[in-house]
Amino acid sequence: MEIPHPSRVPRATLPALRAVEGVLACVSKPLACYHLMTTTAVDLKSVTLTYGPFVAVKDVDLAIEKGSFVTLLGPSGCGKTTILRSIAGLVTPTSGEIVVAGRLINDVPIYKRNIGLVFQNYALFPHKTVEDNIAFGLKYRDVPRLEIARKVKRALDMVRLPGVEKKLPSQLSGGQQQRIALARAIVIEPDVLLLDEPLSALDANLREEMRTELKIIQREVGITTIFVTHDQEEALAMSDRIVVMNHGLIEQNGTPEEVYRTPSSRFVASFLGQSNLIAGTIASNTRGKAKITLDSGASIDAAAPASAKKGSKVTVVVRAQRLEVGKKAAAGSNRLQGRIAATSYLGGTAIYIIEAEGLKLQANTIIDTHVFREGDAVDVSFSPGDCVLLGEDDRRLA
Amino acid sequence: MQQTRFAWYLLAPALILLVILLVLPIIIMMIYTFYEFITAGVEQANYTAANWREFFTDSYYHLFLWKTARVAAITAIACALMGYVPAYFIWMTSFRHKWLLLLLLIVPFWISFTIRTFSWIHILGEQGAINVTLMSIGIIDSPIQMLYTEGAVIMGMIHFLLPYMILNVYVSLEGIDRDLLSAARTLGCTSAQAFREVTLPLSLPGLCAGLLLCFVLAAGSYVTPQILGGNRDALFGNLIYDTIMQQLNWPMGSTLSIVLFVLLGIVSAIYSRYMGLSTIFKGLSR
Repeated sequence: MEIPHPSRVPRATLPALRAVEGVLACVSKPLACYHLMTTTAVDLKSVTLTYGPFVAVKDVDLAIEKGSFVTLLGPSGCGKTTILRSIAGLVTPTSGEIVVAGRLINDVPIYKRNIGLVFQNYALFPHKTVEDNIAFGLKYRDVPRLEIARKVKRALDMVRLPGVEKKLPSQLSGGQQQRIALARAIVIEPDVLLLDEPLSALDANLREEMRTELKIIQREVGITTIFVTHDQEEALAMSDRIVVMNHGLIEQNGTPEEVYRTPSSRFVASFLGQSNLIAGTIASNTRGKAKITLDSGASIDAAAPASAKKGSKVTVVVRAQRLEVGKKAAAGSNRLQGRIAATSYLGGTAIYIIEAEGLKLQANTIIDTHVFREGDAVDVSFSPGDCVLLGEDDRRLA
Repeated sequence: MQQTRFAWYLLAPALILLVILLVLPIIIMMIYTFYEFITAGVEQANYTAANWREFFTDSYYHLFLWKTARVAAITAIACALMGYVPAYFIWMTSFRHKWLLLLLLIVPFWISFTIRTFSWIHILGEQGAINVTLMSIGIIDSPIQMLYTEGAVIMGMIHFLLPYMILNVYVSLEGIDRDLLSAARTLGCTSAQAFREVTLPLSLPGLCAGLLLCFVLAAGSYVTPQILGGNRDALFGNLIYDTIMQQLNWPMGSTLSIVLFVLLGIVSAIYSRYMGLSTIFKGLSR
C-alpha cells in the first residue's frame, strides 16, 4: 500500500476554523458556548464500575484536555477498555460522573452522545459499501444527501484512501479497513474519538506505519483522542499524555517522558520499558543525594528527595538503557564491577545481562565498537541522577 | 495425490449408500413413470408417456400442487415469524447456560414425530382439552371443529418445523459480531434502528435457509395432513400415498413422486444460488 509522504498532504485548516467559529459563537451566544472556552474535553469524576464483586474501575478521576492524544495503557483487565466503553455509553458506571464537552452524559443514551469509536476488529458493516459505512453516522444526524457525499469523499481523502466508495469492506486489506473505520468515526465530527486497541489486529510493519498515520490524521483534525492499548511502544510513540492503569486504578498520568523517566510506582517501572529494580537501605541523605547500601552489599549514590529518611528501605529503579557498560565512568557515577552473563546482539544495540557485585542487571546499550560476550569482565556505571527511589509501599518517594 | 485417494476411500461408504439407497431408487422410479398401468397392482413395461400426459393435462393434480405450495409457504412464513423471536432471545440473553436453551429446542426430537402429531388430537379434538375446557366454563355450547382442518395441519407442521427454523436463525445470529451493534449505536442508532440496519440484514441468510428447509419439509410431508387433516386437507404427499398404496397405481405414483422431487429440487437450486451469495455475506461478518 502506498502512502503519500505527510509533507505532501495539505494540512487541514479545520482546527483554526473551529477556533474562529468558537469565538464568533461566544460573541453571539455567551452562555451556550461555555464548553468551547474550557480546555477540558472529557472529565471523569470519581468513576467506579463494578461487575458483581469484580471492580473494573475504581474511583478514577481523569481530565483530558481538548485536542490532546491521551493513551490509557495497562495490561488486559486493568480497566482501560471499561473506561473507554463507559465514555461511549456501552457500559454504565456504577457511580461517578462523566462529562464530555461540558455536558454531563451519564444519562445520555449512546445514540445521542456524539462520540466516535474505533474498534479493535474495525466493526465495519460487512453488508454495506465503504461509502454507506462512512455515511452511516451522518444519515442518523439528518445531514442532507449531497452534503453526505461531500463529507464521505473528504473523509476518504483524509485517511488517504480516495476512490474506494463502492467497495465492500471485505475487498479491502486490514490496514485499509482500519482507515475506513477511522473515517467512519471522524466524519461525524465527534466530541471525542475513542480508539480501542485499533492497531493490534494489524501485522507489525503495518502497525508502525498506521501509528504514524493515525497521529498525523489526529493532528490535522485536531480531535481529542483517547487511545487504549497494552503496547507500551505505541503509547510512548503517539501520546501527548499516558495514563498507566492497573487493577482499575490510575498508577500514573503524565507525558511519555515523565512516565518513562520518573515512574511513580513499581508497576509503572516494570510495565513500561526495561528497568533494574534493586533493593537497598538508605545509609545517609544529604542535600538531595543519598547513599544507599544495597541488600547485595554494594553501596551506591542516588538522587533522593528529602523524604528518603536514613534507615528506610527503598527500591532503586534504573532504566536498562541508562546503564553504561565497559566505559570509563563519569565523575560522580556509580560504578560496579561485573561479568557478562548473557548477550543478545541486536545489530545496532545489544542487551547484556550482567552479574555485578551480587546483582543481576540488564543493560540495553548502543554498540560503539566492541560487543561483549559471555564471561567478559566489564564495569557497569550509572549516574545517581538516573535513579528513581521507590518507598516500601512501592510508590516513588517524592 | 495420495491424499485425494485417501479422501475417496473415506467418502466411499457414504457414496455407496447414497447411490444404492437414493440415486438408484430414483432412477428406477423414473423408469416406472413410463410404464403402462393395466389394473390395480399390475403394470407393464410398455413404454408410454401416458402418465406424464395425464399429469400435465389433469387440473386435479395442478390444484393439489398449488394447494401444497400454498400450505407449505404459509407454514414456512409462520415458522419464520414465530421462530425469529426465540432465536433472537437465545442469542441476546445473558443467561449463562445458553446450551440449556438450545437443548430445550432439541428435546422434542426425542419423542417420535408421529406421537407428537397424534397428541394434537387430544388437544384439538371434539373431546380434546380445548373444547372440554371451553364447554365446561360455558363459553361454547357445542365443540368447535378444530381437528381435521387446514389450520390443524398447518399448526401440526409448525410444531414439527419450528425448531429447524429457530436453530437456523440462531446460527446466523451467532455469526454476527456484536461490536457491529455497538458501532451502529455509537453512530446514532436506537436499538430498534440498529436491529433494522445490522442484525436483520446479517441474519437473513439463516432466515432464508430456515424458510427453505421448512418449505421443503412441509411440502413433502404426508403424515401430518394424514393425521390432523380431513379429506379435503390432503397434500401432494397424500396424493402420492393414495395413488401407490390405495390405487396400487405405481406408474402414476412414481410420476407424481418425481414431479414433487423435481419441483422441490428446483426450489432448492434457486435458493442455493442465492445462498451462494449470502454465504459470502456471512463470511464477511466474521
